[in-house]
Amino acid sequence: MSFERIKEKLNILADAAKYDVSCSSSGSKRTNTDNKLGDSSGMGICHSYTEDGRCVSLLKILMTNYCIFDCAYCVTRKSNDIKRAAFKIQEVVDLTINFYRRNYIEGLFLSSGIFKSPDYTMERLIAVAKKLRTEENFNGYIHLKSIPGASDELMWEAGLYADRLSVNIEVPTISGLKLLAPEKKHDDFTRPMLKVKNEIVRHKEEKKVIKSTPKYAPAGQSTQMIIGATGESDKDIMYSATHYYKNYNMKRVYYSGYVPVADDSRLPPIGSQVPMLRENRLYQTDWLLRFYGFGVGEILNKEHPNLDIDVDPKLSWALRNLHLFPVDINMADKAMLARVPGIGMKSVHKIVNARRFRKLNWNHLKNIGIALNRAKYFILCDSSHWEHRDWEAAKIKGRILQNSTGKFRKEYSSQLSLFN
Amino acid sequence: MENAKTLIYDGSFNGFLTAIFVAFEERAQIADIQKNRSGQNGLFSETETVFTNIEKAKRVWNGIQKKNHNAVKKIYFAYLSETRGVELLLYRYIRKLFANFSTYSDFSDGIVLKISQLAKSVGREKHRMEAFVRFQLTQDEIYFANIEPDFDVLPLISKHFRSRYADQQWLIYDVKRDYGIFYDLERVEIVSLDLNEIYSNSIHQSDRLLVDEHNYQDLWNNYFKSTTIRSRINRKLHTQHVPKRYWKYLSEKREAV
Ligand code: SF4
Repeated sequence: MSFERIKEKLNILADAAKYDVSCSSSGSKRTNTDNKLGDSSGMGICHSYTEDGRCVSLLKILMTNYCIFDCAYCVTRKSNDIKRAAFKIQEVVDLTINFYRRNYIEGLFLSSGIFKSPDYTMERLIAVAKKLRTEENFNGYIHLKSIPGASDELMWEAGLYADRLSVNIEVPTISGLKLLAPEKKHDDFTRPMLKVKNEIVRHKEEKKVIKSTPKYAPAGQSTQMIIGATGESDKDIMYSATHYYKNYNMKRVYYSGYVPVADDSRLPPIGSQVPMLRENRLYQTDWLLRFYGFGVGEILNKEHPNLDIDVDPKLSWALRNLHLFPVDINMADKAMLARVPGIGMKSVHKIVNARRFRKLNWNHLKNIGIALNRAKYFILCDSSHWEHRDWEAAKIKGRILQNSTGKFRKEYSSQLSLFN
Repeated sequence: MENAKTLIYDGSFNGFLTAIFVAFEERAQIADIQKNRSGQNGLFSETETVFTNIEKAKRVWNGIQKKNHNAVKKIYFAYLSETRGVELLLYRYIRKLFANFSTYSDFSDGIVLKISQLAKSVGREKHRMEAFVRFQLTQDEIYFANIEPDFDVLPLISKHFRSRYADQQWLIYDVKRDYGIFYDLERVEIVSLDLNEIYSNSIHQSDRLLVDEHNYQDLWNNYFKSTTIRSRINRKLHTQHVPKRYWKYLSEKREAV
């Protein structure tokens, strides 16, 4: 093949795919048997990081950036004056295999602009996955982005070869969608999701009875929303996310701060700041909902439709609920420990283990790795030294902010790994 | 410190475990446990050379493993950190475990915490190496990679690569410690090579590599650039994830020559 031509296509089609933030390659169980190529049974691996700090674990490309639609927020939209390109099926297969064998990637993330029709496009995505699985014996990770409006039969087939399927809802509210993508119907997004959800359930049931039932999208499905393109509130976003987690069994919802790509009066102008901190706060909230036992209404509600920008959502919640504190480190149950600002799930685990041996004091807590600069206002431990005076929320917040300026700046990351 | 002994072992993990066995058996005061070449004998302690004995090593290993599977893993990981004095620390740790196995999770204890932290650092580097190995395809169809990790993680990553790349021959060579692991489509063996060229991923063409190798590295390097979102660049975060000391072997961090 001509490397020069491939290189050009790769540049165009990787560039166009980069706004999709989903990168996870974990959660599948495709073990390598019979000495074939690849294994995706473990946790996903980030093989590199882009200069904007995002994980690179999959070859993330579009099949093509031709598109018959004109969604305002999308670089690929037909009215955008850019170079177009399209990969051949075999080219994507070769790239994936050769990158995988060199340990550059965990697998493939394949998406596409819509040429001709949703079904025609979807068929080509499936053809790539099928070739990889059946001809190359590839066991690495495959994530296919389903094309909105693709038929049920194709969604069914896609799930046989892909580890994960996703449809990006892109715009969190129906009114926003009407505004920015008037040619698309809400139902174009939710119908494939529903099909996938039902197939996953059905395959799991069948597997219980018939062992040889093939895997169907073993890593589940995910979706993505663009943040800050229309005027929705954090509450709108997180309620919408909760809806998708609940009703479509989403494994992940991703939040992607809108990067202006078009001059369009309906959208923030080119050059406006990407709302990175806001995006980060949304991920933190998502995390609290999935792993810390919080309900969405506790964090966002009528009185508080938007997340605090200056402090993280857990701290913000605690400051509004001072009547629940202080928490006694040596007595409190796990669920309550997890709600203390500055204490992450790992620390909860360590506290519960360590306090079986002795009563824990400040020093122990510090060694365990708790962020005392925040936690100390909310806890009691085995010490007469008493930090929790009857301070008001504003005062505590002020003191915490004062002592941790640098630290909060560091959190401008979309892929947050350190969360206390 | 009188009568305290320093045990000298051959530098292998089995040798270390044998030394632990000997220390328990003799009920001696242990001043230190050292690799035979590190030669930092305490002025006032007598030394004893321990000869590696697989049986004895196994008894220590199994003794711990039977009680706590995680502890045994932690010990091995911490050992591979090659940190100065780690042997003595581990000896104390193991003594604690044998006295009471539940201390394993007592993170309010200094030694338990320290061993945990060492094991964690090694674990992190293991994970990084699984990510940052960049194979280059040689003329004789071996996928070859050089690495230079801070800790001795080759023994820990072998299984990962074995199950991932079962249908290709590969060789990962630790330049710093001068040994590698080679998979010949059947099993993984430890090898030592005479390398007269270090294959950092400089994307230069070399006679030993396939011509396409250069092209694929170039494609990867380019891909990496096209995925960056310019308006979100955050170099600090980037180097936090990909520390500079690893760049030398990462083809995406190199300019094509
Ligand atoms: S259909 Fe998809 S690719 Fe086409 S313009 Fe809309 S979002 Fe972009």
